[in-house]
Amino acid sequence: MSRVAAGARVLALVAATVVLAASPACVQSDARRPGSATMSPQTRAMQRDDAQNPAMLWVADGEALWSRAAGPAGRACADCHGDARASMRGVAARHPAYDEASRRPVDLGQRIAACRQRHQQAGPLAPESHERLALEAYVALQSRGMAVAPPADPRLDAHRERGRALFHQRIGQLDLACAQCHDANAGKRLGGSTIPEAHPTGYPIYRLEWQSAGSLQRRLRGCMGGVRAEVPPYDAPDLVDLALHLASRAAGMIVDAPGVRP
Amino acid sequence: MAGAPAFAQPSVVPVTVVGDAIPASLTGVPGDAARGRAIVTSRRSGLCLLCHAGPFPEERFQGTLGPDLRGVGARLSAAQLRLRVVDGRRLNPATTMPAYHRVDGLARVGNAWRGKPLLDAQAVEDVVALLATLTD
Ligand code: HEC
Ligand code: HEC
Ligand code: HEC
Repeated sequence: MSRVAAGARVLALVAATVVLAASPACVQSDARRPGSATMSPQTRAMQRDDAQNPAMLWVADGEALWSRAAGPAGRACADCHGDARASMRGVAARHPAYDEASRRPVDLGQRIAACRQRHQQAGPLAPESHERLALEAYVALQSRGMAVAPPADPRLDAHRERGRALFHQRIGQLDLACAQCHDANAGKRLGGSTIPEAHPTGYPIYRLEWQSAGSLQRRLRGCMGGVRAEVPPYDAPDLVDLALHLASRAAGMIVDAPGVRP
Repeated sequence: MAGAPAFAQPSVVPVTVVGDAIPASLTGVPGDAARGRAIVTSRRSGLCLLCHAGPFPEERFQGTLGPDLRGVGARLSAAQLRLRVVDGRRLNPATTMPAYHRVDGLARVGNAWRGKPLLDAQAVEDVVALLATLTD
């Protein structure tokens, strides 16, 4: 086993311990449940069946974009990365990851956007643009069935820790922390919704309420707005740091992207 | 406060907590239970039914984070209800129930809501009046 893989294993154990410590009700780490577990049978069936899953339309567009030349050099993703089914396997499962060039953690959508600008020299891929979501969905699909494996990269530690602190900070006019809903009250009903455990395994998702695909960042911004807190702009460090924390809480869980949500 | 302009409307009325209650009305104007009901069942102002269930058949979706509000007017006096709505954190600092009439000690409040309590003083009185009627 490579050192990185061994490191990821250790990290998964650490994360599982943290989850146990945070919620004494969980007896085992596999008591963790993905967001799909609390959905209605209809929505779950829609996620399970690729022919019914609306997010697969984004995947199909992403697959087409993968081999379409862009930018002055006329290069496609495929020209450098080859067959995504091989080269992109496991990539979503280990994001957010450290980006050498910006010296920051980036999530998968940001990584794709950066590649597009740096290596293709094509126009920027705006957050939540159809193209960014389509490529992200296509790349995420290549990790389906794999375990979430946050990199054991010490350059991420401070960011991950910041994300953990943000997750536990009470914010907004409603004065609620993410953890109060997603750790302490997961499974209970908030009005018409069942509170999920906030695992990022299915992103990007197709959300029926949005009538569109959307990123994890969009979901997090929605929860922040919901407690009437300041909502950081897309790609802000707060959102990526939170995503890092969510990935370590979910370490070892199975990627089931692209998900469907109510 | 000497020199404070007479028209200054403090967004939050100072309260005196006695034991686990706030005996004095925040406004001196009796609460209106019908207005209180509209606030409690509203998803914009009260938000109560996000977390609570209660005898409100007009609202289909009710929450389970807090106790059912049925009978709360028999369990608690108006003075006790007032403290629980104004600032339940004085009884349980870890509570998920937001403080409805408090603006300090909050972090990262969105622009549109900064410096404003969830409910103004008269709305608190209206909600307390409604809760006091929930006796069975
Ligand atoms: C008041 C309770 C509450 C708070 C506080 C809250 N959320 Fe949520 N969150 C929800 C609910 C409810 C949903 C599911 C919404 C739905 O299905 O319609 C959700 C969904 C999510 C999801 C999607 C999970 C999935 O399976 O798709 C993530 C991730 C998430 N929240 C993260 C956060 C983070 C990070 C914070 C803090 C910044 C936060 N939430 C604060 C209630 C909350
Ligand atoms: C000119 C070559 C080139 C092109 C074209 C290119 N990339 Fe990349 N890509 C790279 C290189 C080199 C890296 C390594 C990291 C870096 O330098 O940013 C990379 C890294 C990545 C990663 C992270 C992989 C990992 O293992 O973590 C993803 C995801 C990615 N590219 C997606 C894309 C997508 C999607 C496109 C098309 C929109 C694309 N790339 C186009 C060269 C390219
Ligand atoms: C975010 C969730 C949440 C919201 C919103 C909320 N509550 Fe609560 N409420 C709770 C919880 C949880 C408790 C349990 C007490 C504790 O945590 O200390 C509680 C307790 C109470 C109690 C005391 C009940 C008892 O039997 O002791 C009353 C009364 C009450 N809430 C009324 C309201 C009213 C009225 C509103 C709307 C104006 C409201 N709540 C909004 C979560 C909430």
